[in-house]
Amino acid sequence: MKRSVFSIFTVLVLAGLILSACGSSATPTQEPAAPVAPAPTDAPAEQPAQPTEPPAPVEKTVIIGFTSSLTGAQEVSSKRQVAGFNLWMNQVNEAGGIQLSDGTVVKFEAHTYDDESNKERVQELYTRLITEDDADFLISPYSSGLTAAASIIAEQNGKVMITAGAAEDDAYKTGNTSLFQLYTPGSLYLISTVDMLKTLDPEAKVAVVHENDKFSTAVVEGLKPYLESQGFEIVLEEGYASETTDFGPVINKIVASGATVLLGGGHYPDGSTFARQLYERKVGLKFISLLVAPADSKFPELGDAALGVATSSQWELAATHTPEEAAALGKEWFGPTGEEFAAAYEAVTGDKPTYHVAGGYAAGLVLQKAIQDADSIDPEKVKAALEAMDIFTFYGGIKFDTSPEAHGLQIGHAMVVAQWQKNEAGELVRKVIWPADVANADPLYPIPAP
Amino acid sequence: MQQFSLLLTSLPDGILLGFVYGLAAMGLTLIWGVMNVINLSHGPIIALGMFGTFFLFMRAGVNPYVGLIPIAVVGVLLGVLIYVIAVHRVINAPHLSSLLATFSVNMIIIGLGTAALTTSPYNVDFSAGSFKIGPVTLLGTRLIAALVTMLFTGGLYLFLYRTRPGKFIRAVANNRAAAELMGVPSTRILALSFGLGTMLAMVSGALIATFFPFSILAGGSYELKSFVIGVLGGLGNPIGALFGGLILGVIEGIIPAFLETSWVPVIEFALFVLILLVRPSGLFGAKK
Repeated sequence: MKRSVFSIFTVLVLAGLILSACGSSATPTQEPAAPVAPAPTDAPAEQPAQPTEPPAPVEKTVIIGFTSSLTGAQEVSSKRQVAGFNLWMNQVNEAGGIQLSDGTVVKFEAHTYDDESNKERVQELYTRLITEDDADFLISPYSSGLTAAASIIAEQNGKVMITAGAAEDDAYKTGNTSLFQLYTPGSLYLISTVDMLKTLDPEAKVAVVHENDKFSTAVVEGLKPYLESQGFEIVLEEGYASETTDFGPVINKIVASGATVLLGGGHYPDGSTFARQLYERKVGLKFISLLVAPADSKFPELGDAALGVATSSQWELAATHTPEEAAALGKEWFGPTGEEFAAAYEAVTGDKPTYHVAGGYAAGLVLQKAIQDADSIDPEKVKAALEAMDIFTFYGGIKFDTSPEAHGLQIGHAMVVAQWQKNEAGELVRKVIWPADVANADPLYPIPAP
Repeated sequence: MQQFSLLLTSLPDGILLGFVYGLAAMGLTLIWGVMNVINLSHGPIIALGMFGTFFLFMRAGVNPYVGLIPIAVVGVLLGVLIYVIAVHRVINAPHLSSLLATFSVNMIIIGLGTAALTTSPYNVDFSAGSFKIGPVTLLGTRLIAALVTMLFTGGLYLFLYRTRPGKFIRAVANNRAAAELMGVPSTRILALSFGLGTMLAMVSGALIATFFPFSILAGGSYELKSFVIGVLGGLGNPIGALFGGLILGVIEGIIPAFLETSWVPVIEFALFVLILLVRPSGLFGAKK
């Protein structure tokens, strides 16, 4: 009797634990603790010309809704994205907002909740942001999986959503017209890395080992045909569950495959664990490139396990885009320089910005530019301005696909390859190693044996 | 041939890991065996053990294996505290009451832990080296963890079978009413048992922290494994839990040689249901 009670309870408990593992807290957070930005030395808002007889200014507050992962698997990167967005919002508000030609002054207010890195929560909360909080525009949560869930709600309600921190391509290929992607699409994520490998070691044998989630799978789907087209041999392709902590069996497979290069990973928790275990087991790979995790400033906490690990990065301060670059390409420049952005962020947080921070800031910047171009906060006019956008910011080029087949897909942005190396003082620093014209260090290839 | 080579390299890893899984499961099954309480705070308690290692080693510079001693002491005290506050009053109530009581403790620890420590992954930057035997690489941290587990298992066995409190625990587990009639202080013994179960969970967490990153939510997956192991090894049979852990570790070592690693949880939980159906007393027999 006791045993059958245990059995029934255990099955119930397992179901409960699986549910609770998806998210532990049920209470959404209210208004986020926005970082207090310093007075910007050079406000990013480009004020339109004042009319000769300006009407009495009317201040309008635009509500921007988004969820952030204050808990759960996406916490690290999500918090950085939100910190970047908050920096932009505070700078614009403190600089007096955006002034439209009819005299309206547009200021911004963020409404946000903790999505607990949970897709179901995301859908519930985005519905709430739209129907109860009356959000005018939306920013996506962090990660492709959560964004895919949020994008359905945004599209159903016809709300413009800037998708920061979501690289997967599929959401833009299903007829959506309200989504506008900031990141280079997942299918192109590792193209620069393959190009670099082609020059370093065209005979490399590649193991592709990745997290089984939407983003990482999209990256691999784009990576495999490109690797093959460049003549590389893929000796192993393996997926692993997002919650994997023991990479021993996977690493044994990599060793058995005879791979010399590893491309893959997923997000921060799994990527940092994977890197550490690769180092502990002295696998001796010549090159390791992992998604997302090595781009975070927490990554050097791994110590020597971080040395040589590379990542594809959406933005690096060392290779930040400049007005000169924009001018050479005949593109319009908008917003602060990378140095100004980094200094402002460092003043607020004491930390150096990662590409997730830059993505969050750029999401606000793009919305600001669209409102200025539309000279309105009318969603249809802002959407039209986004569709027509073709600009350069410190974050890089911004241009959206407007074809019905891939509406909103980012087509103006390029990525760089960064690698953790040691400086003269023996400290781990992230260096840009590709493309060669923006690199500030040579690739560490092969990675020194542990 | 490649599969055989993979098997050879993955099996030792699985076995070493299995010891630690077994230690975690021992805590869960000891509590069930003695007082018929399914301890749903087991996962976060494992996570607290992980943070114990983190703070002692990373902040105070205490060797992780020396740190096991204070962590074990704190484990016993924490277990007694949880028993007194949350479990004792519902010990004779229907199972649902104790289930909800320990689930509440689970939520409290996770809530406090999330507020204080966030859910960001933490990492104990500690290495005990690695040893190559042919194609097999053995990590020092896992070897030591297996040895520590054997020590704790041996210690638990001696405690239960060679000491007076241990005999009291077995007596209470066997028939609480009869034990009370014989003068066994059952409340204190139940509190001690909960303390021991909590200690085992915290020590297993402390050992896991030496090889895997973790967060306050990390104990959940080991709690699930502990349920599977509890069923495999026999409910209420702490020594059987060690063997159950080893079996689970071996399964985790073997499956990836033939299938994608994402199949591991599918097969583990299929086995869990299978054992419940065909041999509910577990492979090594449940508590008599």
